[in-house]
Amino acid sequence: MRTEGRLTDNIDWTVIAIYLALITFGWLNIYAAVYDPENPTSIFNFSLNSGKQLIWIGISLVFASIIMLMDFRFFRTFSWLIYALVIASLIAVLFLGTEVAGSKSWFQIGGVRIQPSEFAKYACALALAKFLNKSNFSFRKFKHIVAIAAIILIPLALTVLQGDTGSALVYSAFILVLFREGMSPVILIIGVLSAILFILTLLVSKIVIIGAMVIIGILGILLSLKEAKRIILVIMTVVYSIGLVISVDYVFKNVLKPHQQNRIQVFINPNADPMGAGWQVTQSKIAIGSGGFWGKGYLKGTQTKFDFIPDQSTDNIFCTVGEEHGFVGSLILVSVFVFFLIKLVQIAERQKSRYARAYGYAVTSIFLFHVMVNIGMTIGLFPVIGIPLPFFSYGGSALVAFSILLFTLLKLDAHRLQILGR
Amino acid sequence: MRDNRKYVFIGIIVIIGLVFISRLFALQVLDSNYKLAAEHNIIQRKVHYPFRGLVLDRKNNVLVENEPVFDVMVVPKEVEENQKDKFCEIFKIDEENYDEKLKSAKSYSYVKPSIFIKQLPLEEFAEIEDNLVGFNGFYVSPRTVRSYPHKSMASALGYIGEISKSQLEKYEKEHYEQGDFIGKSGLESEYEQELRGVKGISYQMVNVRGLVKGKFKQGLYDTLSSPGSNIKTTIDLELQQYAEWLMEGKRGSVVAIEPKTGEILTFISAPSYDPNILTGRDFPKNYQSLLEDTLKPLFIRPLMSPYPPGSIFKLAQALIALEEEVIFPYTRITCNRNIIACHGDHYFEDLKGAIKNSCNPYFRETFRRIINQNLDENTYKDSEIGLATWNKHIRSFGFGTPLGIDIPNEKGGFIPQPAYYDKLYGDNRWKFSTIYSLAIGQGEISIVPIQMANLAAILANRGYYMTPHFIKDIDGKESIPESYKVRNYTSIDTGHFPIVIDAMEQVVKKGTGLRANVPGIDVCGKTGTAENPHGEDHSVFICFAPKENPKIAISVFVENSGQGGRAAAGISGLMIEKYLLGEIKRTWLEDYIKKGEFIY
Repeated sequence: MRTEGRLTDNIDWTVIAIYLALITFGWLNIYAAVYDPENPTSIFNFSLNSGKQLIWIGISLVFASIIMLMDFRFFRTFSWLIYALVIASLIAVLFLGTEVAGSKSWFQIGGVRIQPSEFAKYACALALAKFLNKSNFSFRKFKHIVAIAAIILIPLALTVLQGDTGSALVYSAFILVLFREGMSPVILIIGVLSAILFILTLLVSKIVIIGAMVIIGILGILLSLKEAKRIILVIMTVVYSIGLVISVDYVFKNVLKPHQQNRIQVFINPNADPMGAGWQVTQSKIAIGSGGFWGKGYLKGTQTKFDFIPDQSTDNIFCTVGEEHGFVGSLILVSVFVFFLIKLVQIAERQKSRYARAYGYAVTSIFLFHVMVNIGMTIGLFPVIGIPLPFFSYGGSALVAFSILLFTLLKLDAHRLQILGR
Repeated sequence: MRDNRKYVFIGIIVIIGLVFISRLFALQVLDSNYKLAAEHNIIQRKVHYPFRGLVLDRKNNVLVENEPVFDVMVVPKEVEENQKDKFCEIFKIDEENYDEKLKSAKSYSYVKPSIFIKQLPLEEFAEIEDNLVGFNGFYVSPRTVRSYPHKSMASALGYIGEISKSQLEKYEKEHYEQGDFIGKSGLESEYEQELRGVKGISYQMVNVRGLVKGKFKQGLYDTLSSPGSNIKTTIDLELQQYAEWLMEGKRGSVVAIEPKTGEILTFISAPSYDPNILTGRDFPKNYQSLLEDTLKPLFIRPLMSPYPPGSIFKLAQALIALEEEVIFPYTRITCNRNIIACHGDHYFEDLKGAIKNSCNPYFRETFRRIINQNLDENTYKDSEIGLATWNKHIRSFGFGTPLGIDIPNEKGGFIPQPAYYDKLYGDNRWKFSTIYSLAIGQGEISIVPIQMANLAAILANRGYYMTPHFIKDIDGKESIPESYKVRNYTSIDTGHFPIVIDAMEQVVKKGTGLRANVPGIDVCGKTGTAENPHGEDHSVFICFAPKENPKIAISVFVENSGQGGRAAAGISGLMIEKYLLGEIKRTWLEDYIKKGEFIY
């Protein structure tokens, strides 16, 4: 067995340094987002989001330390228990929760609000890793596929029920984990193509798309005349695509809520209604775009200061970065996130156990999804989906949950040599 | 193979990173529109309107001043729906109007103020001022409109109005923007640059709700407003008002000039209107009714209304004939009424007598001698040469082209040149007998009343005129353009004037201009009757006084009032009495002028 001294040697201090840098820079930007130049207050003022975030940073660090000091086997052993508890809390919040801005996803305990759905992603990651770690697990077993679907879809469905579609969408990131663990890439490709087709259908006339699909189908059949299997595949693909195209309208009008329809329409045509539905996209692009190359300087942003950006310290925190620190600041932040994510992939890859590796990929996928969607939405590359930027956005539950998510991985990683590979 | 899938992961991460960075580069570095949009978001430009300069008369009486009015502004975002009823009640507007105005304000901006009720006068504003406090989203923005305490001289002062689209494109961007007021006619237009002052502009930052959050860049780009210059005019308000009173109920022009300086003492276009109706929010309505008025009150008659001058033109003809040495003071000509009609009891007058009696045959013959000086055997050619010579002289009196007075839209009248008749009748197809009515100021010829007054000034000055003008000084500093300081000499030798002036004295003392005779003052004048094919003839009188060292030269033109002696001479006489003696003793003449049925 190894000694304590070696444990600290095995901790990935680079990632911890990035983590600390991100929460610090994030905290400074939260202060910038709520700063009122006419009535300046201290960054430590606890009535401001920046002051509150400082408390949450402290709590996160406490959790991080506890995790580092705990027995590393705890997580694998109690994965199911943690999952069960979190699912229970997701159900409980539906009945006991406080409604904030249309979502019933908060427990109000004294002056503190806790959002269990932020922790559900963590629990789901643990449970998924645990299940994939089963000795007889195979993607060819129907039972197993159903089980995996259940592990992911139960918290997803409960999150949708709370009215927090944005957070629910994060669960789609787990497809990446499954892909890494051996799932056929076809599902991934079908998913991506379907999404592209969906957007295309809203952009281009349906007849054009269906016509194009038919032509592609005929060409496909002509090219594979001798192979019956391929002809069937081509026909199936074309039929599926046409079916999807036809059903888009129905899904768009009957499944999506009006504000979701708006967000997608705004994404497709941001200039259609810049003062109404397109307000947020227009304004966040203005804020970021007006930052220029060097930015306006710390605390000197005008668009965020004067409230042109909604949710400026939470979901739209990147606007403050873009406006005050310009292209240089944005470039550095995006690069740091890219480096951070690649680092996580490397950590996941170097795990000896399938449990730890799957968990590592789950963590990577969750962070990747958040970063991609959050920044993408502020620069108009994604529809507006309200999820936080990891370590940056103001929000206690999110910060604590992200910290636990990350430090659990770092803890497992620190002990990677003690875990038997499989 | 599955281990290769980590490269798919890394690939996805890197691609997303690169896409984001390129997008950010495009937004932040390549596209500068977002910077503008951001400034447009937060910067509220606030204009501080300067006081427009005052217009004074020569004795510092205020002719045009500023009066505060109050715009009620609205910020749609702050307006509460439930206050509509009460608002409409207090401000006396109907709900439909309210909705419409609010809608148009919204279409401009939800958070920036736009005008809701325009230009409430002070008294109306005082009534509702206290009530306004209770309404969210409504504010008051004071500004000023023009005010004319004496209601005089509407046509010369002109008016200001909202700048038009075409003017906006024409003028300097830094001075005007939509909704600004600009001088539209008269002195307001001519001295726009001096009167307007400089607008102050401050840039302040506002948040998304339109709340002011401080100065933009500590006021780096702010400018102060500075008031416009005050303009002192040459007008004598007392004489102006007196003459306006005399012209009430008549149609025509009165122009009085100080001969030595060209300063305009009185300038009347009758009928006039109260210039105060063209200020404030009733401007469009009142302007329309002035436009539709058949008496054309907006028409500046002294500058724009060409009339055949009639007999007063004989003065110029006499001077030209003397200069050309085709007649001499002693030249007598038979009053042959078979050729051209005449009036009065005379038959063989010398020049003085001919002017005094306004003898038409005398001046027909005089004009013939000017036109046909036998310089060419061909009588047509000879007429052409003669008319060209005559043109040279008559144009030196300022006829045929605008004099260059300092308000816009001055017309020059019409003096026919040989080319005109060539076009009309054909080359070598006209001669003296075709054009003889020019001799007595009839026919194709036309001049505007200010030129008639200028003729009187030329006679008063014995041979030159100063271009008539209104400007005396700007902000107390003498700043008359050089063109108003030079003597414009006619082509007539000074030595030819005394005989004509003596005759003019006779006209007033013993002739047709008797009503202009002011006891104790030697008034020199000439009546005229411009034939009017559409009705009663126009009455014309020009004069100056006193004979030696003249102080005032006047032209009065009263339309459709019959022979010049009747109305025009009487008005001139009273004006001279008022101006030179300071009080009117001949009140019977006032009564006559006021009672006369001269018009309409």
